[in-house]
Amino acid sequence: MDKTLTARVSARGLGATERQDRWWVAPAAGALALAVFIVYATWAAFVGTDYEFGPYLSPFYSPYLRPAWFPLSASLIVLWVPLGFRLSCYYYRKVYYRSYFLSPPACDVSEPTRTYTGETAFPLKYLPIMHRWFLYLSILVLLWLWVDALRAFDFGGRFGIGLGTVVMLANVVLLSAFTFGCHALRNAVGGNLRCFSCARGGSLRYGAWRGVTHLTMSHQTWAWLSLYSVGLTDLYIRLCAQGLIHDARLIL
Amino acid sequence: MERDAGALRPAVKASDGLDGDSAKDQVEARVVETARFVTLRINRGEANDVSGRWEDYEVPLEPGMVVLDAVLHVQAHSANDLAVRWNCKAAKCGSCSAEVGGMPKLMCKTRLEEFDCSKPILVQPLQTFPRIRDLVTDVSWNYRVNRKITPFRPRTDREWRFYQRDVDRSQEMRKCIECFLCQDVCHVIRYQTQEKPQYFGPRFYVRALGLDAHPMDSANRLRLLQVEGGIGLCNVTKCCTEVCPAGIQITDNAIIPAKERIVDAYQDPLRRLFRKVTGTT
Repeated sequence: MDKTLTARVSARGLGATERQDRWWVAPAAGALALAVFIVYATWAAFVGTDYEFGPYLSPFYSPYLRPAWFPLSASLIVLWVPLGFRLSCYYYRKVYYRSYFLSPPACDVSEPTRTYTGETAFPLKYLPIMHRWFLYLSILVLLWLWVDALRAFDFGGRFGIGLGTVVMLANVVLLSAFTFGCHALRNAVGGNLRCFSCARGGSLRYGAWRGVTHLTMSHQTWAWLSLYSVGLTDLYIRLCAQGLIHDARLIL
Repeated sequence: MERDAGALRPAVKASDGLDGDSAKDQVEARVVETARFVTLRINRGEANDVSGRWEDYEVPLEPGMVVLDAVLHVQAHSANDLAVRWNCKAAKCGSCSAEVGGMPKLMCKTRLEEFDCSKPILVQPLQTFPRIRDLVTDVSWNYRVNRKITPFRPRTDREWRFYQRDVDRSQEMRKCIECFLCQDVCHVIRYQTQEKPQYFGPRFYVRALGLDAHPMDSANRLRLLQVEGGIGLCNVTKCCTEVCPAGIQITDNAIIPAKERIVDAYQDPLRRLFRKVTGTT
């Protein structure tokens, strides 16, 4: 790089800054919020019990696959899909680069002195392409979760709505808002076009791109809401299954 | 009445004004009586002085006052030799970039009320670029990067007719005022000083995508962005977007679309296959 850009702040070691606000709050909150979810999700995925109650099925254990040959918890058959999707997500990358890799911990706060390669080296180099493939798989999983949410209206052949039904439905709506706001999807539906009007099916693609863009602009909100809705849906069903809380029936 | 900020509080008493004859003096006296003061701690220094020296200046705080007002007050009353660059005072020219309270800001668009005025407010030049003097930095590196970007190359095979929706994305990128706050805050440029690899920085990904998303452009800038532009070094931590005074969604609308287009062009085997089958480019 150009010699005249001898930056005035050379790397000064972690945390050096002139910032006068509480810059550490956001990265600390991000680190904590992710850690709480990771600990809970890991436990819930490996425990392998109490994941269904009546017509409700925990999102960690959906689709309902129980092959006899699989020795571990049934959740692990599918859970790598949403895990990979979120790990390679542009928004989550921001969160963990800031909160865990401290690269940088916050804007204008110095990072640890080290060789920085950004997303040019393995494995981070392949995050964008992996994100596409995880997106395709995640849409399949999401379809399954919609089926689960609709099944939650079925109380032994009779239509009903319990609090669990509402919880599962809210969860799948939030997950859809997160999944369909994906930056890779935004590119695929229309973002890769130079000219909407000149392309075949341009109006349709423009409409799709607009719709996805709408969700992309609040990707952060949907990312957190859907992450916690998955955990809380599992927790609700788990507590019902353990008999610790009673599932309120709203319509039966 | 001479309003010397450095000496204002001890030297001017309310009674000074009341003794005067003119109504103006009386009004000014009331202002002084109720005035709140703020301390500006300005980092000063000569060319290439990396750390500089911090100097405190007291400035009377007025409603709606922006940092540039305060700095110009210091220049007018306390430190005539203070170097500061500014032009439009309307957040359009991008000249008065500095770091206020540790964050890159346009001084003309940053109100003092945003800060805790009971403590000194730090004002320093952009830390990423070499200092010329006091608050003025040499940002010419950016202009050299700019020249590397393939200019607009209009298509010749199509009529110049398109819809507004086709240029929306390009026009968002044209809102850039080249204040270089995003270049200043970008940690790739800011902290990785040893053996710097090639890297254009957010402002020039904005420019490149603005051209690439134009319906009448025909140039391909993706390889340039990937190799010489070093866009892979960006880890989408979004500080550029946070500081942009023009409100450009730099990360979501320029950098990530550019990264995605690069994946389309050079990484995604499914797309390569699709292109081969359909014969598209």
